[in-house]
This record gives sequence, structure tokens and C-alpha cells, in this order.
Amino acid sequence: MIIEKLKKANLKGRGGAGFPTGLKWEMVKKSRAKRKYIICNGSEGEPNVFKDGFILKNYPEEIIDGIKIALEVINDSSAYIYLRKDYYQKFKNKLKKIIGRSPIILFKETGGYLCGEETTLLESIEGKKEEPRAKPPYPSEAGLWGYPTLINNVETFYYVAQIAKNNYQETRFYSLSGDVKNKGVYELPVKWTIKQILKKTNNFPRFNFFVQSGGGAAGEILTDKEINRPVKGTGAIIVYNLKKTKPVQLMKKWINFFLKENCGKCLPCREGVYRINEILNKNKIDKKLLEDLLFVLKETSFCPLGKSIAIPFRDLINKIYKV
Amino acid sequence: MAKKIQAIIDNKKITADKDQTILEAAKKNGIEIPALCYHPDLDIKSNCRICVVEIKGVPDLKPACRTVIKDGMKIITNSSKIRKARKINLELIFAQHYEECNDCVWNFNCQLLKLAKKYNVKIARFPDRKTNFPVYQFGPSLIFDSSKCIDCRNCVDICEKQGIGFLEIKKRGYKIGIVPSKDKNKDCIYCGQCIVHCPAGALEAVGEFEEVEKPLQQTEDKIVIAQFAPAIRTSIGEEFNMPYGALITKKLAAGIKKLGFDKVFDTSVGADFATCEEADELIERLKSKEKLPMFTSCCPAWVKYIEFYHPEFIPNLTTVRSPHIILGGLIKTFWAKKEKIDPRKIVVVSIMPCVAKKYEITRSELKINGLTPVDYVLTTRELAYLFKKHKIDLKKIKGQNLDDPLGFPSGAGVIYGATGGMIESALRTAYEKLTPRQNKFGAGQSGKKLLKLNFGQVRGMEGIRQAEIKMNSQLIRVAIVNGIGNAQKILKELKKKPNLYDYVEVMACLGGCIGGGGQPVPTDPEIRKHRADGLYRADKAKKMRLAHENPIVKRVYKDFFTLQKIHLICHTKYQRKKREGFKILPKGAH
Repeated sequence: MIIEKLKKANLKGRGGAGFPTGLKWEMVKKSRAKRKYIICNGSEGEPNVFKDGFILKNYPEEIIDGIKIALEVINDSSAYIYLRKDYYQKFKNKLKKIIGRSPIILFKETGGYLCGEETTLLESIEGKKEEPRAKPPYPSEAGLWGYPTLINNVETFYYVAQIAKNNYQETRFYSLSGDVKNKGVYELPVKWTIKQILKKTNNFPRFNFFVQSGGGAAGEILTDKEINRPVKGTGAIIVYNLKKTKPVQLMKKWINFFLKENCGKCLPCREGVYRINEILNKNKIDKKLLEDLLFVLKETSFCPLGKSIAIPFRDLINKIYKV
Repeated sequence: MAKKIQAIIDNKKITADKDQTILEAAKKNGIEIPALCYHPDLDIKSNCRICVVEIKGVPDLKPACRTVIKDGMKIITNSSKIRKARKINLELIFAQHYEECNDCVWNFNCQLLKLAKKYNVKIARFPDRKTNFPVYQFGPSLIFDSSKCIDCRNCVDICEKQGIGFLEIKKRGYKIGIVPSKDKNKDCIYCGQCIVHCPAGALEAVGEFEEVEKPLQQTEDKIVIAQFAPAIRTSIGEEFNMPYGALITKKLAAGIKKLGFDKVFDTSVGADFATCEEADELIERLKSKEKLPMFTSCCPAWVKYIEFYHPEFIPNLTTVRSPHIILGGLIKTFWAKKEKIDPRKIVVVSIMPCVAKKYEITRSELKINGLTPVDYVLTTRELAYLFKKHKIDLKKIKGQNLDDPLGFPSGAGVIYGATGGMIESALRTAYEKLTPRQNKFGAGQSGKKLLKLNFGQVRGMEGIRQAEIKMNSQLIRVAIVNGIGNAQKILKELKKKPNLYDYVEVMACLGGCIGGGGQPVPTDPEIRKHRADGLYRADKAKKMRLAHENPIVKRVYKDFFTLQKIHLICHTKYQRKKREGFKILPKGAH
């Protein structure tokens, strides 16, 4: 049975949080409801992350196969593929063809980056304001329209299909970008370290550098001495030339992203991000104040977006931008 | 019985109900956790992040307002980490909120200020980012100063709960904002529930508080008369550190006199007249079986709701005017004649628990011989502000009687302030009139004397209550609604089954006028209950508990009223309303 296979393969969600896929499927399958939903999350929106677009372009059949397996396993279910606006435009015709008469609906993203957060995605499909829901209840208990809902990333469904065909080689898709020669998406072993990946793809820099691992906004910052470890989150590796990269510019890039993409629901994220932007645009950066704001973002934000903001900033300040 | 769980809060073993939140469980055990966007009337939003606590074994701080307490949980509500988080979050709140503490409905009794002190907050750590945000005015009743808004959304939620949805959230991120709707199908009905649910004083009544002195600044030849609504007498004490629900009618009268008003009358006397007229109208409609169910009309927000949202129900509204308008009319006719005063020299000021009353007095069809029955409306809060400004402490002042002859109501007139009170008053009177040997004022003589005066079925705080009352051989089916969101449900029902009820009372505010938009803040279900209980105590203590037995009512009907005068002073008409919408005020104009 597929759920056993997923567990055995130790497949973890590829949307960033890394929740065990088999367990998630089991929870939705076991929950009792007259209707259930399956959602394939293709809203990929963090800077420097583009592997879902790559998979949508190159392996749409496998994605649909993965969704169809879920439709079979989970009784009384129907599915959505939730796509970033440009992905929707690019891939809708091809996907529709493959879907045929299966109960799978293509859904065009209504908001920004935060729609990739699973409960925000649910609100978006329900036609509500794109803001996160409080958890619990988790989507697997009460998701779309209150029914148990299985939400998996595009890449996760791709690998479900591979596992069903006994083709899974414990790989994942990495988005490589930044100061690299060979920018692109690579399918390589899950357990590989950043160093191995950079070397294998012929991207290991000859200059002093640091990397951002996971995603281009909320990913952790690692020095060139810390890259003997696998990538976290959505599998992005961004290389920065240590000499050429201005830390303040980098922080401004991040904060502009969060300024544009945060929903404004909870105080620390709405006001904290606004004030961090203010601080970064001053001649002298008030580090105490910055740290205070990162503290409340991490400790008191409503959803993972707000909580994640502190990670790259703190890393950058502690490791690279020491003053 | 709900299942119990054991947990530890701040090293104290506590027992809580399963499914209770940490905030509720802590409160029950005497541990206060600060919270701003939390309100027992509303769904939990968890936006303000002030109520955060530590849970052992859980990495980040968690909001107490929406985290369910679990068996064996170890919770800390006041560590240095928590204090730090609350301090910074409060500083971020103050960074949004443009302070104008001297002109605020919270009157220095503000949660924000208390927390600022407790957590050593630097109020001006950040420059206010909303200084130039617009100030809106909704009709003649409400002001929304968005430069004070902290985006907690309590107002949006209560407006939604009221079934109005006039306040909307627009945009996202730091650009997010609460704005009045531009939808031509929506309009504010001036219930003012947003005011009493806002923790930041961003909403207030028009004129609050810069125009409070205006009614008293009259030329020498004017006679300035105050009347106060039933619901004031058990709420205004809160502003003077008296317990919730304290009944202080006489102190209130003394305070008003001390302010310099020439006379103090009681709107509850107006209510006694309204009761008599409404009972008659009910009996008539029951006989003719026309325009049923009859709807009460003493709540101007409800009247506007019908006129704007459901004009098809206009014929159902009783034509009887609201109590303070009737009393204002009587002051400028009956009383003026009796005292031989030119009614043009009389200024009537109504003290109301309500902001919609500020709108009601602008309705031109209420004029009597060209004069408006009421010239000014002040809210309970505005009167309290005036008292404080003039150093009048209601707690200390010695009580005084109200003035003759319009200062002595029946108990029925007093309970008008609580949901169900209006209908109970009318039922008491209708009951006595609907007996076989009925005549106009026959109670105790030719009518059937009511043995029991309480209609317990119509009391309570639930949003919709139904009752059947047997009168003579007739079964009268009534519905009592508080919180205008519930009225929508009743109207929907009536569209399907028009004969479902004979008589429907609607008060737009939660709990009726005692929970009105002009009442002191804070307000919550417990406070409303205390205020209502106070009114029922007042009724119970009275010998005279029937509106039509009030001697002044009898006298006016006998000596003064003609059919034409009754029509002029006690009745009105309604029409379909166009949207009044909002306007943006120039900065500093309010």
C-alpha cells in the first residue's frame, strides 16, 4: 500500500516544513468526513526558489500521477492544483490535457507569497482575505471548507509517483543561484551536503563566499566553513561573493520582500517589518532595536512567515556583518 | 459537566475546563493576562500578540487567548522574556496609535496606558506612522480617527456581527487599513458598537468631547432642561469607581443640577407614554390583524436599519416615537404651557446611552410646530466627562429628587434600558387593557389587575428570545432581539412565515441600551448583566410598576391630550433611506 511505501521511503514534504508525507496521508485518510480535499501546492514564491516551476515544466505527468494516487487512496476526495499566477498561465493547457476527466481543478493564486502558506492557501481558495488561519486545527483535520485536506507541494507529488513506481532514489530538486556559473535546478541526493552539490554542479566558487540555504528570503546564512551539511527548507542554495556583497543591501532586499508580502494581520510582522525597513534606510543601523524587532518577530508572530524573518537577519549579523 | 484538567500556571496548581483557553483558565484563577484584541463578544483573532505566555517544552511564546490549556501544561505568564516581548509589541502599537489622551472615550482609564506603565514602555520609541491618516465622520453620529487605529479589527468584527459590515479591511501588510465601505448597498446605522469594542479609542461619537459644554452655553433667557435615559442610571457610576450596576438615579439628578441645568426630567416618563401608545397600537393591530407583527421603534439604529436595508418592513414599525423624543415634545408643549414659558426658549438636552440618538434628533419629521423636541444629545460618557471637568464626583454627591412633574416614572419605564424591557412594559399595559371590562385607564377598577408583574419569559441576554403570552383568550407571540445581527435572522424568518410573531422588539446594541454605543467603556457580557440587573432592581422596588398607572400619564391624557396632540407629540412616520455614507474631515476639525 502506498502509505506504507511513503513511510518506508521516509519521504518528507518538499514545501519547506519537511513534515513526513506518509504520516500526513494517513491522518487525512483516517479522518472521518463525508468529503475530503487534496491540494497540490504550486505557489512557489520565495526569491531564488524555482524548482517547482522546473518540475511543472518537465514532469507534469508525474505530478498528476501523484495526485491521482492520492485521489485513489483518500476516499470521497477531489483535488486542486494551486498555481502561482505565471505558472498558471504557462502550464494550464498542458496540465488540463493530462488531467483529462479526473476531479482535479486548476486554481490561479489570488494573492502573493503568503498564499503558499497552507492555511492562507485555503482561505484563498475559499475566496476570503489571504491571511493565515490559526493552527490547530490543522488542514488534515479541518482544511478546505472545514473538510480534512491533504496539502502537498508539487515536488512531493512528483516523488509520490516515483515511489509508487519504485523509482525513488532519495533525491530532491535544488535551485542554485546567486554568484554561480551554472544557475539552475538539479536533482541530486537528499543527503548531499551543500559543498558536494556545489562541487558536483561545478559551482564551487574560487572566491571567498557565504551561502543562503533553504530560500532566498528566509533561508539560513552559512559561511564557507559551514557548508558540510544538507540544505534545509525548499532546497535553494544561493551563493554570495563575500567581498562584493553588501550586507545592508542584502538585508534591504530581504526586507523589501517581506514588506511587500506580509499580510498585515498580526502586530509584530506588520509593524516589525515596517520598522526594520525604516532602520535599514538610516545612515547608522540601530542594532539593538533591530534585534528587539527580530525577537518579537520570532517569538510572537502569528504564522511561519513572521517567525522565519529573524533567521537570515540574525545569521547575517552574527556571521558576516560583524560590527 | 465539562471534563476537568489540571495544569500549572505561575507555579500555581489550577483546574480548568477542557477546551478552555489559557487566558480564560488564568482569569478564572485570578491571574490576569493582558490582552487587547481579545473581547468576549467576538471570535478570537489573536492579532495583537500581547497575551503571549511561555509553555514549558514549547519553543516560542504562545498567545494565551487562543491556546487551549492541556492537562499537565506548565505555563508562565510573566517572565522576563514575556515582559520583553510585551514591551516591544506595545511600543509597536504606540508607533501606530496617535495619542490624544485628553480627548478619548477611555478617559485615562485606557488599557494601553496601563500596560505602558506596567511594562515600562517607551511610548515614543518610534515616530507615529499614522499621524496623517484620515478622520472619517459617519452621518451625524460617529467619528473614526484612523490615525489612532491599532489594526486589531475589533470594530470590523463587531460591525460584521451586527450584520452591517460597514467597516472593511483594505490592502495588506503595513498598508492594511480599516476604512468605511464605499459599497452603495451598505450604510452605518450608528449603533456605535464599534466605539465600545475599540481598545484604542479610535472611534467616538460626534462632538465627543470637544462640544460637551455647548448645551450649557446658552443665552440668559434660555431654560435648559436635561432628561436622561433609563440605561444611564446603572452605568454612569462606573466612571466614578462605583460597582457595576450601581443604581444612582438621585445622585445623577443632583450632579446634573449642579452643572447648571434648570430642570432634570426622566426619559423613563417618556417611556411610560410610549408604552401606553404602543400598547394601544398593538391592540388595534391585533384586532384588525394588519401590519403584524408590530416592530418596536425606540431604537433609532434599528429604525435606520429597516429604512435603509429592509424598507419593505417599514409598515411593521410602530408609529410611536422614542421616549426621549416624546418627553422632549411634552416639555415644549404640555410643560411649557403649564409653566407659561415660550417653548422657543426651552433647550432640551437628552443624556443617552446611544450615539444613534444624535442622528435621531436631526430627523425633520419629528418637529412640533417648527421646533425640534430635543436640541442636544450627550452620551453617558460625555456627561461623565462634563462631571469630571466640573469636579463633580457622583460617588460623593448627595442625591436629589428629579423635578416635577416629568421626573417620576413607573418601574415599567425604567426597564426600557434592558433588552426585553420595552416589550415587557407594553405587555403589562396591554394585558390590563385587553381584558373584557377594558377601558382606557381601568386598571384596578374596570380592567383585570395583573397579579404578577414580571414577564420572566422576555428577560435575559440571549440574542433572540421568543415567548407566548396569554392575554384574555388571545395568545400573543413575541420575539425579543438584541444585537442587530440577530434581527436579520428574524426578518428572514418573517419573509417565509409572516404570521410567526405578533410583536417584535429589536435593540441594535448587545443587551439593549445598557450595552449602548454611548455607554462607558469597557463593556462585556458581565458588565451588561450588572447594568440590566440594576434596572430590574429599580423596577422591583417601585410601587408603581405600570406605565398607565403613572399619575402624570393619567393627567396628561385627561387634561392635555387631544387626538391631534397625541398624534403630533407621540407619533411619527418613516421613509426609505438613502445612503448617508461618510465624509473625510480636515485634520484637527474633530
